[in-house]
Amino acid sequence: MSGALVSPDLFTLCKVLITGIMKIQSDAILAGAPVGSPVEPLRGVAYFLMEDWFLTLNAWMIAITIMVTWAAAIQLLTLMWMERKFYSRLQDRYGIMISIWSLPFWPFSWWAQRRNKPTHRGLGYLQNVADGVKLLQKENITPANADSAMFHTAPVLIASSTVMIFAALPFSEGFVIANMPMSLLFILAAFSLAPLGILIAGWASNNKYSLIGGMRAAAQLMAYEIPLLLAVIAVLVYAGTLNVIDIVAKQETLLASVGPIPIPNWNVFSIPQFIGFAVFATAMMAEMERIPFDIPEAEAELVEGWLTEYSGMRFGLVFGFKWMRALAGSALVVILYFGGWSGPVFVTLTPSVGGTVVPIPIPPHEVWFLLKVYFLYLVFVWVSWSVPRVRIDQILNIGWKRLIPLALLAILLAASFVALGPALGGIR
Amino acid sequence: MAEFWVNMGPQHPMTHGLWNMRVKIDGETITDAEPEIGYLHRGYEKIMEVREFQKNVVLTDRLCYVSSITWSHAYCLACEKIMDVEVPPRGQWIRVIALELQRVASHLMWLAAYGPDLGLLTGLLWALRERELFLDLLQLLTGARMNQNFPRIGGVRNDLPPDFDKYCFKVIKHFREKMSEYERLFQDSKIFLMRTQGVGKISLADAIDWGVTGPNLRACGMDVDLRRLEPYEAYPEVEFEPQVWRGGDGGDSYARFMCRFNELRESCSIIEQAVKKAPSGAYRAKAPRRAEGEGFARTEDSRGEALFYVIGDGDDRPYRVKIRSPVFCTMAATPIMLRGNKMADVVSILGSVDVCVGEMDK
Amino acid sequence: MRRLRERFPSAFTELRVVRPSVVKAVIDRKDLVEVCTHLKKELGFEHLSCVTAVDWKDHFESVYHLYSYKLGTTAQINAVIPYDDPKIASLVPLWNAARYHEREAWDLMGVTYEGNPKLERILLPKDFRYHPLRKDFPQETERQYITRRKLKTGGR
Repeated sequence: MSGALVSPDLFTLCKVLITGIMKIQSDAILAGAPVGSPVEPLRGVAYFLMEDWFLTLNAWMIAITIMVTWAAAIQLLTLMWMERKFYSRLQDRYGIMISIWSLPFWPFSWWAQRRNKPTHRGLGYLQNVADGVKLLQKENITPANADSAMFHTAPVLIASSTVMIFAALPFSEGFVIANMPMSLLFILAAFSLAPLGILIAGWASNNKYSLIGGMRAAAQLMAYEIPLLLAVIAVLVYAGTLNVIDIVAKQETLLASVGPIPIPNWNVFSIPQFIGFAVFATAMMAEMERIPFDIPEAEAELVEGWLTEYSGMRFGLVFGFKWMRALAGSALVVILYFGGWSGPVFVTLTPSVGGTVVPIPIPPHEVWFLLKVYFLYLVFVWVSWSVPRVRIDQILNIGWKRLIPLALLAILLAASFVALGPALGGIR
Repeated sequence: MAEFWVNMGPQHPMTHGLWNMRVKIDGETITDAEPEIGYLHRGYEKIMEVREFQKNVVLTDRLCYVSSITWSHAYCLACEKIMDVEVPPRGQWIRVIALELQRVASHLMWLAAYGPDLGLLTGLLWALRERELFLDLLQLLTGARMNQNFPRIGGVRNDLPPDFDKYCFKVIKHFREKMSEYERLFQDSKIFLMRTQGVGKISLADAIDWGVTGPNLRACGMDVDLRRLEPYEAYPEVEFEPQVWRGGDGGDSYARFMCRFNELRESCSIIEQAVKKAPSGAYRAKAPRRAEGEGFARTEDSRGEALFYVIGDGDDRPYRVKIRSPVFCTMAATPIMLRGNKMADVVSILGSVDVCVGEMDK
Repeated sequence: MRRLRERFPSAFTELRVVRPSVVKAVIDRKDLVEVCTHLKKELGFEHLSCVTAVDWKDHFESVYHLYSYKLGTTAQINAVIPYDDPKIASLVPLWNAARYHEREAWDLMGVTYEGNPKLERILLPKDFRYHPLRKDFPQETERQYITRRKLKTGGR
């Protein structure tokens, strides 16, 4: 089913776009510098603009920019906004309210007065932007005896490894930068680089608290990598491929029909995968360092834990990338268990642009994906803000002693169902 | 890793107030602890010697700012013992009402601080939301939300406002519904039980030896409540039940939590009874200016046993005032509670002990 | 509560019942440990509420408030200490609660408690030079710690 808005591929779309733009420019230059005029050398520029390697380079850069902006700017802001509004409503208060009506310059201030909208009664979306700007203008303090090279490298490591995830994480079957044959492996590997950065940050800060926080973070994140990967193996037994897009494609078939509602073949609806889902979700909550597993940066015990000594935008980087990892984690859960971006397409508009028919599915697969990710993320936030913190040795207890056996059970069941399923009447 | 001393505080989100807890940890286990207090020492006992007896009530309010009426009341009781002043019955009942309202507000503040200590940030906002209602009641009664300067030697400052009982009943009814929500938030959460049960145990003999009193002692299983043992004011006529942990081996954080939590309910029922039973009449007796003699009064503060020992020498100022703060003594017992637990339990234990630095440091 | 009076050993300066369930005794500092041991072991006063040091300008007094949960009685022991030799035995071996109280009395009043394992400043800063609660330490006087503004303006 081609229900994606970005089709067939982000790169192809960008290439088409940039070819169109360059062609317009090239034609304009060719028209403006006819043969025989004193500006004839400009024709060379026009030919250069249409060269294939130039177009490819530009297309890649635009594709990467789009993806990084989408994930790291727009999605990050949206996730932060959603979380803050949601948990503040849980706590019986309004939540963040700075929006464009709070901007102090015209036309918003004038508009706000006309519509009788005070500055702090908006939706709250711009609050996170304001927080980011606030962090930018703070002083970057480096502690005196800190290991300076490592201290500055750690946030870079965390941020870059998190952005690397989005090189292979698709938002629909076309909205992906690199469709590798083993993309799931790449995503999980990039996800696991961040604990290294956390450990480096904890050590390099020259602070007993940070050291303790870093060690705890390393222990916890390492302990929960294993059930994570084991649960993924259970999915792999069913899907048979490490390519993320193919895993989702396998979940798009119809499983059963309950009345008029068709139930798709999502992985979560099968028994071993359900166990795997429980394990994966718990392990993902620990990897995302959410309460109840946020001992590494538990603010009541170790001030901020491993990121105590960071100030200014460095703090903003590591703090904000917690949300990007949350996005990546929720996206992984949705892809592996909830059918990714598959969802019914109700109508497909087909306007024609410049001679070609451009199909626009309503609602496109990106929207389904985002809806599922947001929903799952809100479930995580809900759990996170309703329970107290688990102590570190209890966290490690749960990780090693309870989740790993469950994950192994899931693998066992999945393998046996795949091998014996057809013989037992299609049980899955 | 070798053992080393870690300073938790004085600037720390966990410590409610300004004190320092030095713990010696070996890996993650605590082997020794040593609190350092005195950051908030304001020299109360010295100041109180230059102010008249009544003027000291303003100061005693600020001893423990979260629970101010209980402290001023203890001081007024001590002075009344020196001056031989008898508080009229209505004054006694109004004092009981104010005390219990303040106790509920103080326990709610403790609850609001204990939740985020453990990671349950929702508890902060819910408990503070309820505390607002009780502070509104206190404002109706006394005119201020905190540091009310309400008890006077010989009675209270003003009478109950009209319709006070209606407001009390309304608030308490609403609060009782919310208490069941709190129970679901705190007690039903398995993680909460994991964090607080078995943590920070102190045996009954140790507790009495080190001078622990109040809900912390009741959590160890001993049925001691100064409102029952040495009743003052109108408490002999009030029916309530001291919350004692009867479940076997108590003395851990969970027992302390449960004792304090259930006291909220008991205080609500005391308020309801007191508001109904208050007789009419005068609410304040005239106290002499000068006093000679010595007297002490011990009351059941929100945190334990507060004792004021006042000596007067015939002048209109006290000669010596000694303040015995329950948190001061419990702080001495915290190394026992902390030894052997993990470092992550420090917050759980110290939060359940309910530290208020103002009264500890005088 | 009057039966407690007969059970006391000798060598008392003054002993009386102040109020119902409160017994007050004034003793000399030499007898402190015996009296308190007797009170704790024989009569069951298991709760040491408070240790106070009072400065009567010609002698010190160390006042102990003991409470018995079973009997519901408070015993207030005033131990008289001469002014120029402010030392008294410590009650830490009997009640651990005395530790902090005695440290505070030493800190603010200057009465030395022999036998307290850690007799150092608890409320005041560690290098504070005076004992402020004494009557000869006036209210507003030369402070050890003085704000910069007061230094500049030469205030009191």
